[in-house]
Amino acid sequence: MNRSSMLSFLSSVLVIVAGLAIGFIILLISNANQAIPAFTTILTFGITSMRNLGDVLLFATPIILTGLSVAFAFKTGLFNIGASGQFTIGAFVAVFISLEFTFLPPPIRIISAILAAATAGALWGAIPGLLKAYRNVHEVISCIMTNYIAMLFVNYMIITFIFDPGNATSRRLPADSNLPTMGLDYIFRDALRPSFVNVGIILAILTAVLIYIILEKTTFGYELKACGFNKDAAKYAGINENRNIITSMMICGALAGIGGALNFMNGTGLAMGIVDVLASEGFMGISVAFLGLNHPIGVIFSGILVAYLYIGGARMQVFGFSIEIIEIVISIIIYFCAFVFLVKTFVGKGLVKITKKTTQKEEIVE
Amino acid sequence: MLSFVMQHTMFFMIPLLIVALGGLFSERSGIVNIALEGKMIMGAFTGVLVILTFQETLPGQPILIIALITSMLVGVAISFFHAYASINLQANQIISGIAINMFAPAFAVYTARLLLGTHNMHFSNQFRIESVPHLGDIPIIGEMFFQNTYITTYLGFVILAIVYIVLYKTKFGLRLRACGEHPHAADSVGVSVTKMRYSGVLISGGLAGIGGLIWVIPISTVFSGSVAGFGFLALAVLIFGAWRPVRVMFAAFFFGLMQAISHSYSGIEFLRALELPAHFYRMTPFIATLIVLAFTSKNTVAPKAIGQPYDKGGR
Repeated sequence: MNRSSMLSFLSSVLVIVAGLAIGFIILLISNANQAIPAFTTILTFGITSMRNLGDVLLFATPIILTGLSVAFAFKTGLFNIGASGQFTIGAFVAVFISLEFTFLPPPIRIISAILAAATAGALWGAIPGLLKAYRNVHEVISCIMTNYIAMLFVNYMIITFIFDPGNATSRRLPADSNLPTMGLDYIFRDALRPSFVNVGIILAILTAVLIYIILEKTTFGYELKACGFNKDAAKYAGINENRNIITSMMICGALAGIGGALNFMNGTGLAMGIVDVLASEGFMGISVAFLGLNHPIGVIFSGILVAYLYIGGARMQVFGFSIEIIEIVISIIIYFCAFVFLVKTFVGKGLVKITKKTTQKEEIVE
Repeated sequence: MLSFVMQHTMFFMIPLLIVALGGLFSERSGIVNIALEGKMIMGAFTGVLVILTFQETLPGQPILIIALITSMLVGVAISFFHAYASINLQANQIISGIAINMFAPAFAVYTARLLLGTHNMHFSNQFRIESVPHLGDIPIIGEMFFQNTYITTYLGFVILAIVYIVLYKTKFGLRLRACGEHPHAADSVGVSVTKMRYSGVLISGGLAGIGGLIWVIPISTVFSGSVAGFGFLALAVLIFGAWRPVRVMFAAFFFGLMQAISHSYSGIEFLRALELPAHFYRMTPFIATLIVLAFTSKNTVAPKAIGQPYDKGGR
């Protein structure tokens, strides 16, 4: 590991520790007697059994994808606050195909559900892209609007086509529509039952690697990044800015759409509800992206970290604390990300001192 | 009917207007303000807490004023974090915004559970004004603007006037705008970019805090740690209004009217006759905004230096 990436790693760890420390203080203030067991639960529950670890990966799957969606947009100079809507549209299309296209054999149905979700997400993402490219509409505002439109539109579609009046949600997916576990259920289980973790997490990680390759190793990705870095220079170099904006938003939409598909095909029997709030996975994606420093590989780790804290936090509720403490901790960690540069220089100076001292000592010994 | 729609338009428009004007201060000084939602929640939460504390002992309007002042102060306080990260640390301005947006609802729910045992904060609405003396008796206009109203409605227009004057008629406003367009030029003539941007962000926090409380009061008697995305809508209104106060007012009015219509379409003869599913009426404000934007945004220019940390040595 070279010095700079070691510094990034060290400062990220420091930032997380600081966020957790403040969380612990809040727990102490709220109820000092229960604070220590509750805090221990947050820290360790995700690894107390293989099943819990599997649940962490299961929870991480959709937010890694929405995180990638936001991070990809950010790398190409766009702020995709519309991951929520793209996620919802993708989820609906995947659920619809899983429920209605039962004439297809299961493997083909699953693959086509994911691909259709990606396409639908991409088309949904294309709306802000087109508006920005040709009508100069700021992508933040059109993404906010398309989020609400997606939510209301999907509510309507669920009620009209795949409604289950008994539960006031969509119908539940048939068991053969669930993503295969590929043997993961034999690894991630405890004495009672296996976790629902499935091939989704592997798909999410592979997608992150693919995005990394596109951004860092291809001309196509280079052009997209060039637009984000300096659009005038990119234009001067003969890059078609409008086309890049649209392509970029479509890729973002596809990523979030896949996230929606994987979230509802995970075997937990999750149904789509008639909701009045935007899908939180989209907004969590923003946090995950920035925690992962908008780097595709970083997003894998930040997604798993956020999921780990949530799973621990859900368990911590048995000690009488509400789960919002986890959101407070994550928000503080995100805030401290702003300090990363400060921490880097600080830790960097410390490292220089230490290395100097050791070299001096070595000299004396010699 | 018309007056009913107009009264409801005001309920949606005024918070959007105030919060968007808050965002305007920060963004015209060069700092992106994605955190309006979080600042609204902090304001609404503390405002409602104040109302709960005093509602047994004091009459309605004084409580409202105390609550508004508290909301404003809390909005300013939370904005310090935003300002420090984006100005002093020169960090990405979106990061601290996201942190505040995530922190505020979690903090409100967590603290409410701790203090009251539930995150649903019920309060009694003693602030409604049945009819403003004299003005409420004017035919048509009186019914539209001076009946079933709140002092906050007029506060919104007072704030609009003040914002306009401050921004365009004072030295402070000129300097603030200069920092958002060309901070180096401002710096070269002795304007402190840091101070100006701090003022912008803190004022935005104060207005967003007030806006949060103003959003809650007319439409509900319970606050549950959420302002239903109105902070983001206010951001949309700000961009829709092209970062200019009067256009922001029209944008807020347009959106408020659309919201009011979509909530009360069943009372409007020709809309009910269309027999569209309810979801489509609720979609209208968002679709209409997109369409209007597509036709009006061609020449919109954002403040030039927005989102860029000020680096004295940069060019």
